[in-house]
Amino acid sequence: MKPPPFEHHAPRELGEALDVLAEVGPRGKVLAGGQSLIPMLNMRLAAPEHLVDINRIASLATVEPSTEGVTVGALARHSQVERLAGHPLLRQALRLVAHPVIRNRGTVVGSLVHADPAAELPAVLALLGGSVRLARLEGLREVGAAEFFVGPMESAVQPGELAVSAYFPSLPPRSGTAFREVARRHGDYALAGVCAVVTLDDDLHITAARVACVSVGPVPVVVDVGGLCERRPASTVDWAAVARAVREETEPEGDIHASAAYRLQLVGVLAEQALKDAAREAAGPWGSDPVGT
Amino acid sequence: MEHEITLVVNGAARRVRVPGRRLLSDCLRHDLGLTGTHVGCEHGVCGCCTVLLDGEPVRSCLTFAVTVDGHEITTVEGLAGPDGMSAVQRAFAECHGLQCGFCTPGFLCTVTALLRDNPAPTDEEVVEGISGNLCRCTGYQNIVKAVHRAAELIAEET
Repeated sequence: MKPPPFEHHAPRELGEALDVLAEVGPRGKVLAGGQSLIPMLNMRLAAPEHLVDINRIASLATVEPSTEGVTVGALARHSQVERLAGHPLLRQALRLVAHPVIRNRGTVVGSLVHADPAAELPAVLALLGGSVRLARLEGLREVGAAEFFVGPMESAVQPGELAVSAYFPSLPPRSGTAFREVARRHGDYALAGVCAVVTLDDDLHITAARVACVSVGPVPVVVDVGGLCERRPASTVDWAAVARAVREETEPEGDIHASAAYRLQLVGVLAEQALKDAAREAAGPWGSDPVGT
Repeated sequence: MEHEITLVVNGAARRVRVPGRRLLSDCLRHDLGLTGTHVGCEHGVCGCCTVLLDGEPVRSCLTFAVTVDGHEITTVEGLAGPDGMSAVQRAFAECHGLQCGFCTPGFLCTVTALLRDNPAPTDEEVVEGISGNLCRCTGYQNIVKAVHRAAELIAEET
């Protein structure tokens, strides 16, 4: 359980990091928080020849909230983002990421690049339609969430590139969000999970509703269920039909922890719960029992 | 290739030569002889190796020593003051918050930071705070009691 040998690079500036990444290409891997990469090294599931450790590049440890959204730098730790981002869904999701001690070290951008289909943050980026900024020696490119997650543990980051920041857009007024998941133990990766965003009009009728599901496909599965809500108040929506529509879009696989059928069942139940939670939050304290529980 | 690094461990600057792949847990135990930090799973699950990095609890088995060159580390050996064991350590002893003791260094470091940030946590906050540390002996009840007792001791003593 020790990492294989590698050459450690510790650039202090972004440009220096991009130089090294360009030089080592596919033989290199970026180390940020290391809370996924170091276990993979310890278990010898990965053996990069070069590790480009970005922990000394202080300019990447930024969390910049604005009215349009929040930009999270590559070195911003989960705990820092939880405190500073001011984004409700991001905060709800981060509370489900591992344990507080892991969140002191792990980074939001690192989790996105790791692209684990069971992880919460890729689902949040996908649901919000956010993006990731990738830098290489020749310049920058911005990749939308829909193109960023390519497959299980595979993102659009190419050899020589560094994900420098991620952008999570804010939600329109009268929106509510929720994240529900079932894990075998608190802090474990979810057997299935659903994050939801619901937007209401002034009469508390649903004008938009989307979910992103984790652990039920190779990448986060985003389903727009706004049409099925038919601009109704949450209390009269046909939630069974909504849950069915979400289940139809997912393709879970079974493993030793849960069968495919169980995950499929879970994702429908969680979608309904998350959407109702989100609708309740969107209505706010002045909305009188909009879900009709 | 070896790297020459300086870690400020429990208040003392320690210079050490390590290969890039040296985990902080192994650096503390093997290079610096501080075997109070225990190593359980080496993939971030058990929490035994938790130390304070610039005051924040982190997994030393998921941190490379070279990465934290120049930073301050507090291990279980550094928790006691000149007058003896810290309030958290005394509370764990008093409430039987340990049996075999293997997980204890990680719990002590985690709880020390938890009570610094939240001096009077609720039961729920305690359970959330220690959720990343596994104990196979106590069943956690006495650990939760110890955290509350430590909070009392700290409040009395300040």
